[in-house]
Amino acid sequence: MTMDMITITRGTIGMDDFLIRAGAAGVGLALLAGPLGCLVVWRRMAYFGDTLAHSALLGVALGFLAGIDLNIGVVAVCLCIAVALTLLQEQRRLASDTLLGIVSHSTLSLGLIALAAMQTVRVDLLAYLFGDILAVTPTDLIAIWGGGAVVLGVLALIWRRLLALTVDEDLARVEGVPVRWIRLAFTLLIATTIALAMKIVGILLVTSLLIIPAATARRFSRSPEMMAMLAALAGAVSVLGGLAASLYADLPSGPAIVVTAAGLFLVGHLLPGARRG
Amino acid sequence: MSPPPILLQCDALTVRRGERAVLDNVSLTVRAGEIVTLIGPNGAGKTTLVKTALGLVKPDQGTVRQSPNLRIGYMPQRLAVDPTLPLTVRRFLALWSKADADTMRATLAEVGATHTFDRAIQTLSGGEAQRVLLARALLRQPDLLVLDEPVQAVDVHGQIELFELIGAIRNRRGCGVLLVSHDLHLVMARTDTVICLNRHVCCHGKPEDVSRHPEYVALFGRHAEALAVYQHSHDHAHADDGCVVPAGLEHTAHADHAASCDHDHGHDHHHQGDHRHG
Repeated sequence: MTMDMITITRGTIGMDDFLIRAGAAGVGLALLAGPLGCLVVWRRMAYFGDTLAHSALLGVALGFLAGIDLNIGVVAVCLCIAVALTLLQEQRRLASDTLLGIVSHSTLSLGLIALAAMQTVRVDLLAYLFGDILAVTPTDLIAIWGGGAVVLGVLALIWRRLLALTVDEDLARVEGVPVRWIRLAFTLLIATTIALAMKIVGILLVTSLLIIPAATARRFSRSPEMMAMLAALAGAVSVLGGLAASLYADLPSGPAIVVTAAGLFLVGHLLPGARRG
Repeated sequence: MSPPPILLQCDALTVRRGERAVLDNVSLTVRAGEIVTLIGPNGAGKTTLVKTALGLVKPDQGTVRQSPNLRIGYMPQRLAVDPTLPLTVRRFLALWSKADADTMRATLAEVGATHTFDRAIQTLSGGEAQRVLLARALLRQPDLLVLDEPVQAVDVHGQIELFELIGAIRNRRGCGVLLVSHDLHLVMARTDTVICLNRHVCCHGKPEDVSRHPEYVALFGRHAEALAVYQHSHDHAHADDGCVVPAGLEHTAHADHAASCDHDHGHDHHHQGDHRHG
């Protein structure tokens, strides 16, 4: 079984349309994932993001069961999991990574079981797990750019306070930052991003689109904002590069994007003489 | 003359973690222009008390009252900013204050850290980081400075300087100061009131009274007698500091001075002080 359910051959008539759609969707997502990914890296939440992404499959299943929009199902489940995780972490009974490991894999397995149990729905599971950027519909495109604009707008609104509590949570609280609400808002933004990114790179690879471009950007950045913009740029280049590789070498699109991003990261770190701030 | 106004008043605070009381019936008051120092061994609940006073921890019993519109400048124990976050000192200060660059520079100058302005915050030494944190607190124009172990990761020479700085800031700005420390010997010098904490308040009062209190002596053992009271004037260089002088004797008996320094050689606390003295 190939990961791409649609196989492309060069020169197909009408290809331009969905290529442009794929590119536009991918770039839109990269612009979103750049700044959010930086925060995930600064706040050391990579594994947290991974856990949310894994639980997204459960959201897909629930979306089918409830007959609602799958994106809404994903965001709802991610949020529930995020809140549950936060509460469990405050208990301090288990180390954070142990807790995340438990939740991450059990929600993924639950999602797989729920999807398998549904007799009436035939689901292209691999597309959810690894993404299928070439299958992006006009509706998806609107969701990514529209949803992305809202997410970036909210992020801009809470940016300074998010940075403040990233630097020191107690300090932020003493200075009157509503830490709990800002954290919750940030989690909501990540959940939304995961829902939007699912189509492009799939839930198993979503976090890579958050983490890798941010890590690539670090070396060339002198300020948080600069790093956010460079990460968005690195993400966009990765998406377009991966898309091209997928098209011309017939590679699965999601993994091709991630490998391109990783390649960019390597090149960035092998380049001599970049400033380190 | 009426006493200065009360900035912060904690009454009979009790904080529990599970069954265990981390703080048991602890009260404290800070007035304008007063330096109150919390001392106590590790695990005595010093940080918990500070966090409760700041409203970061909710007490199980007791009340915290702050004077209306109290502006607090809080200085946490340390900064742990992830190395992946590109953040200069200038930008760090701008996260908390709308002050312009000149004001920031002036405040950094007040704490002797102007040179850090464009440095990445992760590259600062322990002492520089503490000064930047202090500058951040001062930019808030605080009525009350709350400093949690301000001299951690700073060598003895730097510690003396920092305590002097805190005293000078108090004198200049007239703000109240609540200070946490486990460095008994240095902290006593510039303190108005000492609260000796070991989950409950063992004793409190003026430094020289506390240092003679049996519970204080029991808590800090043989260090206590050597450290007794450390009150010098630190107007100039610190070359002769670092050894312990009983109160009132510093200008009278040179023999005593030398004796107490000798006595002190056994304590690693005074390592650096001894070094300079010799």
